[in-house]
Amino acid sequence: MEKIQLIAILGSIFFMIGVIELIRRKQIKEAYALLWLIFGTVFVVFSIWKKGLDFIASLVGVYYPPALLFLVMMVAIVLILIQFSVVISRNNDKVKNLAQEIALLKKQIEDENKPGNKN
Amino acid sequence: MNNRIIIVPCFNEDGCIKSVIEEIASHQPAAEVVVINDGSTDMTSQAARSTGTASVIDLPVNLGVGGAVQTGFKFAHKRKADYAIKVDGDGQHPAAAVDSLLLPLMNGEADLVIASRFLSPNMGYQSSFSRRIGSKVIQWLCQMLTGIRITDPTSGYRAYNSRAISFMARHYPTFDYPEPEEIVLAARNGLRIIEIPVEMRDRQAGISTISSSMSIYYMLKVTLAMIFIFLRPIEKIKE
Repeated sequence: MEKIQLIAILGSIFFMIGVIELIRRKQIKEAYALLWLIFGTVFVVFSIWKKGLDFIASLVGVYYPPALLFLVMMVAIVLILIQFSVVISRNNDKVKNLAQEIALLKKQIEDENKPGNKN
Repeated sequence: MNNRIIIVPCFNEDGCIKSVIEEIASHQPAAEVVVINDGSTDMTSQAARSTGTASVIDLPVNLGVGGAVQTGFKFAHKRKADYAIKVDGDGQHPAAAVDSLLLPLMNGEADLVIASRFLSPNMGYQSSFSRRIGSKVIQWLCQMLTGIRITDPTSGYRAYNSRAISFMARHYPTFDYPEPEEIVLAARNGLRIIEIPVEMRDRQAGISTISSSMSIYYMLKVTLAMIFIFLRPIEKIKE
């Protein structure tokens, strides 16, 4: 086994352990960790099964097999970032609605506590 | 007597909010004036409360114009208001025009009435040259997307009937500068829009929400937002 392969195997396994540990400690919600887990698995698989990477690279016409890994990694990062944008936008909306609700409720309480209120 | 609510969104306007409220109250004594204080860091809330005539809703965080205005629509919807009028907190909008804004709504000719400074025969405040260019571009885009000609698409002085209030309470654009977007949204969803001439004043205090360095960014954002509203499916309007 080449030195670089050993490093790749160890690196991707440590990465997977890290992600799994974060999910276990509820630091990442399962739904958001799905993409990390999928691409982590891809890297573990290809670092162990080196021939597989060469095979798939030749199938899709990539001459230099490690370049395929870079491609997969970039696709993974872009997908995860898009997912983040979606989640942030949704959270923005929720925060907005909550803030509006709080403001309206505060107003309602104020009105109810006013002596001789109209309601 | 129909109940009307006057929505005044404001952010750090303690310099003139009092005179704005007093002016509205003197022209529209029967209307409920609701000041939406968008997380101001100055004395806006206290200044508005000190008038004794306005209801003040304090947002716990700054949401931007869109979020603040929507709070007003949610409030008006809760109060089952027949009409809502949106007046900026900076004193540009003369309260004397409220009745003429409401007229097309009361006659059932429109759901949304926009006050236009460019339709007015006595020009009044017309804003700077670059602003007017931007306004023209937005106007053209509006016409392309909705087929209606709005001469003053960035005007924030508008009146809404109960149909428009209930729609805006749910779907108001939560964008920083929602006015042009609102037109596309309203037209797309079957609200009838009419423009009437109103002579506007220059702002009395405070600074514009759109500085000149921000204007290119503003134009891009507005254009994008308008196009995407056009691409979205039509919402169902609950009566």
